[in-house]
Amino acid sequence: MKELEQSESDLIAGLVAIIRRDLLLAWKRPGDAVNPLMFYAMVCTLFPLATGPSAEQLLQYGPGVLWVAALLATLLALNGLFLSDYEDGSLDQLILSPQPLPLLVLGKALAHWLVTGLPLVLMSPLLAMTFSVPSNVMGILMLTLTLGTLSLSMLGSIGAALTVGLNRGNALLSLLILPLAMPVLIFGARTVSLAVAGDATSAGVYILAAYCMFTVSLSPFATAAALKISNE
Amino acid sequence: MWTFFHKLASPPHFYRIAPTFIRIFAIAGVVLTAVGSWNGLIEAPIDYQQKDAFRIIYVHVPSAYLSMMAYMIMAVSATIGLIWRIKLSHAVAAAAAPLGAWFTFLSLATGSIWGRPMWGTWWEWGDPRLTSQLLMLFLYFGYMALRSAIDDPGKADKASAVLALVGAVNIPIIHYSVYWWTSLHQGQTVLAGKMPPEMLIPLLINILGFTLIFAALLLYRVRSEVLYRERRARWVRELVAGQEAIS
Repeated sequence: MKELEQSESDLIAGLVAIIRRDLLLAWKRPGDAVNPLMFYAMVCTLFPLATGPSAEQLLQYGPGVLWVAALLATLLALNGLFLSDYEDGSLDQLILSPQPLPLLVLGKALAHWLVTGLPLVLMSPLLAMTFSVPSNVMGILMLTLTLGTLSLSMLGSIGAALTVGLNRGNALLSLLILPLAMPVLIFGARTVSLAVAGDATSAGVYILAAYCMFTVSLSPFATAAALKISNE
Repeated sequence: MWTFFHKLASPPHFYRIAPTFIRIFAIAGVVLTAVGSWNGLIEAPIDYQQKDAFRIIYVHVPSAYLSMMAYMIMAVSATIGLIWRIKLSHAVAAAAAPLGAWFTFLSLATGSIWGRPMWGTWWEWGDPRLTSQLLMLFLYFGYMALRSAIDDPGKADKASAVLALVGAVNIPIIHYSVYWWTSLHQGQTVLAGKMPPEMLIPLLINILGFTLIFAALLLYRVRSEVLYRERRARWVRELVAGQEAIS
């Protein structure tokens, strides 16, 4: 019994250690976190400029634009998830370490979400305001984006692991992950649109939450398997 | 029975026996498709509502069904290859992907041609089957792109197998999330028994015929794939040397 507790606390220690390490690395290299945010804001700016500034129009496609931009920004950031570890050899250490690789990979994906997904969620009300999204919808917007970006970080980590070390990785990653990300986009954007229209939103939120749990619990295993293959 | 399967996994044995099966499947498939198409396109009665336009289902339904079937074959054989490290099953997965993509494209194209007179538009985003089929095509593209981006063949096999598995787990979710939109597409009529037999039987014959043609094409592609992958093996050298000696 005592051994079991011991090993459990070891696992948590490993998870915390890898999250701390990645957060520290991100702190030392703030560009990695800031660039996707800028990209998010830029894409959101492009749409009104391209289609016209009328308020009803903005409100109609605003939720969709916010979601597509969030999806693209998350994808942009994902390319670097395992890249520096692959280049400097720490990936070998992660794979060889006594801690189970899926757990470490989960830690990396969580840290990645904290660095890129969470700021994006926090910034989204600001951008939503410019699309004249009413303020009572902001809660739903942030909640769905939280669940959605977390699922995307998890799903995307599979793609990042499969393409790490490939020259043409960036475009390939989008091609691999975007079709898989459709459920998140559909439910996320539709739920926010429903909220804007004043309809019930609980079904969409529940499904997003379920999908988020699904990806959090299963994708680390796929990511770990993919990393082992890529790093052979 | 089992020895047959065990022997099948050996590339030279597969290479030797495949032509027999290819011939049987191809001939049976072409004959059945010809019979089914003749009956479907010419003999079957005109639909009271859609007139002759409904006849495109004799191509559309078999290819839509095969697009899913090919993905299943791809995912299952990739998994077998990943777990039991059977070289031949990776070759099957590699050969199935382009075929699946083609049948997906065919079902999209015929669906869109049918949509023009029926819905008055080539493409209808509100229809869940069209959209999920398009995503299916992208999944195939992603799979093939990943495979071609990795130079080391062993690595390419394994990495794309992981992707095929992840895709197979996600396909039902993608499918149903797209269905969440309201549907314009015809409900299922084939399984619901709403189709008169003189329309249904040619469709079933065509589905069988298309499947056999697909099987023949798949075996043909696997055979070439095996030959390419084993190009440095002794049996291929002996094979090539033997053919050169004859000519």
